[in-house]
Amino acid sequence: MITILVPSALRSDVDGAARLEMPAGGSLAAILAEMDRQWPRLGRRIRDEQGQLRKFVNIYVDGEDVRRVEGLATPVPDGAEVQILPSIAGGAVG
Amino acid sequence: MIGTAKGLFLARSEDDRRTWEISGPEFPMTGVYAVAVDKRGDQPRLFAGMTSSHYGPGLASSDDGGRSWAEPDHAPIAFPADTEASLRRVWAIAPGPADQPGRIYAGVEPSALFQSDDGGTTFELVRGLWDHPHRPNWGEGFGGQAIHTVLPHPTDGAAMLVAMSAGGVYRTGDRGATWSADNTGIKAYFLPDPWPEYGQCVHKVARDPENVDRLYAQNHHGVYRSDDGGHIWKSIADGLPSDFGFGIVAHPYRGDVIYNFPVTADGMRFPAEDQCRVFRSTDAGNTWEALTTGLPAGPYYGVVLRDAMCADDSRTAGIYFGTRTGDVFASRDEGESWTRVATSLPDVLCVRAASL
Repeated sequence: MITILVPSALRSDVDGAARLEMPAGGSLAAILAEMDRQWPRLGRRIRDEQGQLRKFVNIYVDGEDVRRVEGLATPVPDGAEVQILPSIAGGAVG
Repeated sequence: MIGTAKGLFLARSEDDRRTWEISGPEFPMTGVYAVAVDKRGDQPRLFAGMTSSHYGPGLASSDDGGRSWAEPDHAPIAFPADTEASLRRVWAIAPGPADQPGRIYAGVEPSALFQSDDGGTTFELVRGLWDHPHRPNWGEGFGGQAIHTVLPHPTDGAAMLVAMSAGGVYRTGDRGATWSADNTGIKAYFLPDPWPEYGQCVHKVARDPENVDRLYAQNHHGVYRSDDGGHIWKSIADGLPSDFGFGIVAHPYRGDVIYNFPVTADGMRFPAEDQCRVFRSTDAGNTWEALTTGLPAGPYYGVVLRDAMCADDSRTAGIYFGTRTGDVFASRDEGESWTRVATSLPDVLCVRAASL
């Protein structure tokens, strides 16, 4: 199993849960695909309809920013923690 | 409904629009660029299109007057995979004609039109406009490249008009299968050829309620009227202190009555002469009068954006506008006098009003 840490702004999309447990699925892309299936509203906050990670959403796998590793191909091993965090750069509205 | 840069506020009046109670924000920290009230069904349905700078766009609806809101699990508006495009923002939500009760249109960024036939739960891309040969040449205004105006024809279910920044006015007469650019007479001073077939930056178009082939347009410099359904346009800016602005509003049922909030210029985006004034014409734009009773008397610096002025549907029409400095004003006598509905809100992006 892996654990997904949900930021507070998105918890209303997963019935208030701060943590989600999911089966380990290989890559981050596979994890996000399963997320789309189980929690589609959460999924679309994180990726657009073409599957691209939203610009101001950061995902860390066991503390590593996936954009600095292999992006959506980043491996997510059994027991990993996937943390979703809003970027500080995204506060465009001030 | 008051859409702001940081969420949706609601203003309710129980005493025929004399006093108002404000609630909100719903969807805090999202830009609410489009709101709509659809009164065609058994109960009014409210819509709000919001954009989070982190988590992208959304579309929510309420069937209880805005007390609770719901978003479907699936993305209600999404570009098909083959377009390789992604929704950035919903700019316009427009209920269809009365005889098509489930039909809702959405104008979005990037410039595209979507339609729903189930009351706004699922939308489909209007391919005829997306595949238009002009699309690669459509430009981008300061606010992005978007279809911000959607005007279904009230009696001809096959006809409608959209406007985009930049690109201008496009019309269809065959249910969206084919579209023609209709900008004859609208100037694009910012292009080498100021009179192109398309490429104009039309900021908003309104339809006359009595003469449905009469339309009014606020352009990126230029205020125009068409008397032939949107084909030929002529200036009605004489009598206004400036021909720049964002919104233009038609009276809900009196023909030839329109409202405008002039802005000094493209390069000087303050209210014309730094005054908070609404201008009204009762002769289809031939002459204009300033409406100021009850509005701030001193210098004023908040402009009114393209969807931040509207009319309600009451017997004596109410007119409303919100400013980028967070004020919202209402008139319950068609503009003769004004009261302040709210102050110190975030930048007001859009307002819509209806009796529920």
